[in-house]
Amino acid sequence: MSTVLPDQFGHFGRFGGRFMPEALIAPLDELTQAWRDAMADPEFTGEFERMLREYIGAPSLLYDATRLSNAAGARILLKREDLNHTGAHKIRNAIGQALLTKRMGKPRVIAETGAGQHGVATATACAYLGLECVVYMGEVDTERQALNVARMRLLGAEVISVKTGSRTLKDAINEALRDWVASVDKTHYILGTAAGSHPFPAMVRDFVRGIGDEAREQSLELLGKLPDAAVASVGGGSNAIGLFTAFIPDESVKLYGIEPGGDGFETGRHAATITAGQVGVLHGARSFLLQDDDGQTIESHSISAGLDYPGVGPEHAWLAETGRASYRPITDAEAMDAFQLLSRTEGIIPAIESAHAVAGALDIARELGPEATILVNLSGRGDKDMDTAATWFGLGGTEAGDE
Amino acid sequence: MSELVALGKAGAAIRSANAEGRAAVVGYLPAGFPSYDGALDGLKALVDGGADVIELGLPYSDPVMDGVTIQRATEIALAGGVRTRDVLSTVEKIAAYSDVPVLVMTYWNPIERYGVDRFAADFAGVGGAGLITPDLIPDEGAEWIAAADKHELDKVFLVSPSSTDARIAMTTAACRGFVYATAVMGVTGARDKPSELAAPLVARVKAATELPVGVGLGISNGDQAAGMGAFADAVIVGAALVRALGDGGAAGVRALTEDLAAGVRREPRAPAER
Repeated sequence: MSTVLPDQFGHFGRFGGRFMPEALIAPLDELTQAWRDAMADPEFTGEFERMLREYIGAPSLLYDATRLSNAAGARILLKREDLNHTGAHKIRNAIGQALLTKRMGKPRVIAETGAGQHGVATATACAYLGLECVVYMGEVDTERQALNVARMRLLGAEVISVKTGSRTLKDAINEALRDWVASVDKTHYILGTAAGSHPFPAMVRDFVRGIGDEAREQSLELLGKLPDAAVASVGGGSNAIGLFTAFIPDESVKLYGIEPGGDGFETGRHAATITAGQVGVLHGARSFLLQDDDGQTIESHSISAGLDYPGVGPEHAWLAETGRASYRPITDAEAMDAFQLLSRTEGIIPAIESAHAVAGALDIARELGPEATILVNLSGRGDKDMDTAATWFGLGGTEAGDE
Repeated sequence: MSELVALGKAGAAIRSANAEGRAAVVGYLPAGFPSYDGALDGLKALVDGGADVIELGLPYSDPVMDGVTIQRATEIALAGGVRTRDVLSTVEKIAAYSDVPVLVMTYWNPIERYGVDRFAADFAGVGGAGLITPDLIPDEGAEWIAAADKHELDKVFLVSPSSTDARIAMTTAACRGFVYATAVMGVTGARDKPSELAAPLVARVKAATELPVGVGLGISNGDQAAGMGAFADAVIVGAALVRALGDGGAAGVRALTEDLAAGVRREPRAPAER
């Protein structure tokens, strides 16, 4: 199996492509050309690698989580993307696309954000590179994530609260696309995940694939061999494709994408797009999505705002359909149990997104047995999630005692 | 493909208006807004006011090409429970009411979900003329093109000021009915100033095809229709009609449509150029 997909039109098998207004097609062609030229230019890739090293702290550590491993019953390795500058893998993509924006000579950046992590990463990259930055965020999310709104504003970004539709991530994407149609000559849209229309799924993958490239090398150094499995959470799918890409040709390495199961996918309140969705078109690409019988997008539900999206990147749809990767849901409750377990066994508070991957790894450890080594992408840290955790576990307040 | 076939129902209606020395008026309203019956009344008022082609919107949850007026209207339609089958029955009722061709303007996913060929068959069966597809480009449209050709439906793809000449040639070759030229870089919605991008775009499109060219985005009254109608074969009006329906009901739609119809008759133009 090769990693040369997508084809020149952005197709991963029957997935991907460009379902976009004609007004954006020529700009997307220009973007594709600019990205390909940049990736072939050692000056650009050298500068990107320097920023990863000097600014975000890459390569992130590969951590042998021995106490979590004891609890899991198999060896768990954590790829510590939570230690990156701004606290998640998202900064890799934001820096890459911001650098590309500079190269294209565009002075303005727009972005969408759900929980705010991509918005903060983009605002950070724009501050670092001197770009004007506007972030679209659903009104519901600006209320849930007020701290990240303040961070973005401190970094100099304008945050626009989106009041249409379901007022969450998908509507923030819609509004960013509406801005972009009108502003594309001077503006680059830094999409935050490996979804959307060509070239975004492939371009975002290329900017985040360092996660897996580093982890593969670190695994060989640590173990003398490759891990048996690689596990990552999947919302839009950027941290997962970032981890998987290096391992796709290694057929001995099983790939697992962990989807947000919300209240349990039998309840209908979830965001498990591949597990429970159907093929359709949303935000510029054909993939799996949560939709009703008329093709209207259904609102997703997850305790993790970063996974709360009714679509998924087309390469994941293709990896699922070809069987190269498998996808399974983890419920909110299972994720929060893993959130607490990792906090208490290792002293690492993960993002709730990443806690889904840890929970998935616990199940996979049982299935693969004690000899297995499982690589988990710890895609972000949990500082942003303390309100959610405090509510979930009944922490905080002034009362003494355990929860 | 002969021009007769490529003109389809909508193109024939536009050329018949052009033969009178004027541009055609294409009026948009979404199904289900402000209610199922309220939309029907609005559509009939469009016909009675003198629209040459009806553009019926299929409400969709994620309308990225629409500004706030149409977003709000289609949200109301969806909240009111309008379904794809209601759009089809609306087409059927308007087709029974008049001979004005009815095109459906739809984002792609609802059609894909319905089943492309099945939709084409059912839509042709209720008297629909064709589809305007704002997020489907011919590059991705093979299934729709095959179904439309099989059921003799119009395929109206969009061209934009940003389109290269090569893309304009490819897109117009895939169209049947007319070519939808977006007058601005942006989303739907009334605008105060006439676009300076429309005339050069229409000229580029006319260099590539003999199909009629309709210009849309931002046109909201008879004066603007008169200006645009001097070089476009059809003027397409959406958000202003939606606002008229919301504010003034069917009578508001009727009055605005009459203003638009008078506007395109104001400036004499060469009959049926080309």
